[in-house]
Amino acid sequence: MIELEDVSHSYGGAELLSGISLRLQPGSFHFLTGPSGAGKTTLLKLCYAELRPTRGRVRLFGAELAGMDRDAVARTRRRIGVVHQDCQFLDHLPLAENVSLPLLVAGRDVAAEAGNLRELLAWVGLQAQTEALPPQLSGGERQRAALARAVIMDPDVILADEPTGNVDWEMSLRILQLLIELNRMGKAILVATHDLNLIRAAKAQVAARVLRIKGQQLQQAGAEL
Amino acid sequence: MRRLAPLAALLVGDARADRVVPPSGFTAHLTQFTAAAMAFLTVFALALSLAAGRLADHWDEALARTATVRLSAPEGQMAAQTEAILEVLRTTPGVAAARAIPDEEQRALLEPWFGPDLPVETLPLPRLIEVTETEAGMDAEALRFRLAGEAPGAVLDDHGRWRRPLIEAAGRLRLLGWLSIGLIGAAMAAMIALSAHAALAANARVIAVLRLVGARDTFIARAFVRRFTRRALEGAAAGTALGMVAVALLPRADAAAGVLAGLGFRGADWLVPLLLPPVAAAVALVATRITAMRVLKGIT
Repeated sequence: MIELEDVSHSYGGAELLSGISLRLQPGSFHFLTGPSGAGKTTLLKLCYAELRPTRGRVRLFGAELAGMDRDAVARTRRRIGVVHQDCQFLDHLPLAENVSLPLLVAGRDVAAEAGNLRELLAWVGLQAQTEALPPQLSGGERQRAALARAVIMDPDVILADEPTGNVDWEMSLRILQLLIELNRMGKAILVATHDLNLIRAAKAQVAARVLRIKGQQLQQAGAEL
Repeated sequence: MRRLAPLAALLVGDARADRVVPPSGFTAHLTQFTAAAMAFLTVFALALSLAAGRLADHWDEALARTATVRLSAPEGQMAAQTEAILEVLRTTPGVAAARAIPDEEQRALLEPWFGPDLPVETLPLPRLIEVTETEAGMDAEALRFRLAGEAPGAVLDDHGRWRRPLIEAAGRLRLLGWLSIGLIGAAMAAMIALSAHAALAANARVIAVLRLVGARDTFIARAFVRRFTRRALEGAAAGTALGMVAVALLPRADAAAGVLAGLGFRGADWLVPLLLPPVAAAVALVATRITAMRVLKGIT
């Protein structure tokens, strides 16, 4: 579904990632670790085409990113659910409207999908906060809302960038459970995190592969994980 | 009809889609104020153009088929030469009517400059003969030749000498009015483009979120385009209404007093300014769309 082949990325001439190859298959679960600034977020952005590689090839659902125009990239992003650490909400819209935003931009009838939206908000435990504005939500609620928004289009891939970065351990486990549930539905999951305990908790339940960015390269993580 | 569907969708809008861009402060007021001010000025430029056009047409119609013969002759020969000239005119092809202007009328013509007590009969004034041409018109050169033979002191003035520059002046005034309208429209487009640019820059985070969830540039642009188009329409409607009231309140005067006194709308002319709000909305639509698509293309 998402394939990176010998990909490199530079910022202003300084190479952050070099010769990265990665393949996300249906039903796969990957963790991406590495120190801050190693390039985890950059790698995720390459996966959902917010960035284009300075070298190498990115294939999204069989199509070469290099040959995609802006509209094609936008359409492809609807098949990829993204959860950011800072959630990226529109603060002036209530939670329900934020979560249904992908439906709106895709031209779907939001009113007709109200039932699905309610079910989804109940799944992440936010059925009581539909009218709350994002700044009124706690960190855990925001992360779960971001996850709900990421899956409302029923994407094939979920990319999560430090989804438990701002929440306590109990909430981290809850978010992890939601990701595992999605993975069991056949969705490919890639989670960038520096929380090793979260990775260990996940590995106890799913066959997750752990990757580490070190020295601009992507490596298989060691046996300690 | 299918081609009109996107335009109708744009005008009707989608309340949910419009809400993705937060209501902004200064750009909203700036756009409305600009559109109102520009529409107000355009109403006056329109009034000027239409009045100048009317004046040019009036001068053209009133003077195109008239000419004047001015006769200067010794006192004893004035009546005989006048009669000879009238006879020549009666037999000139293209002349529909000719009459010697009586003293009372000549006095009335001079009264605005010299006052009512002017003893016209004591002044060595030439005799004026008014000539009205047929639709086919007359051969002025041939008439001059004949007049020279019958009445050497007669001069034919077909008004062309001073009519042409007057009509030319009125025509240029009308052109100036339309040019002003064009410039006002361009200035409004530039102001709205600047406001749209500011609004896009202020909503960079909104754009990033919309991109993240798969919004195409046209979806994002539409949210801004609808907003600016509506603001321009509202502002221009207010400005046009104020401008029309102001024009209606201008003092009335005789049309002969000139273009300024005749400034205003007459009859169906009053419908012309009603086109300004939709035209302003169209200008805003195009300016915002071009700006938005250009800015969005610059954002990865």
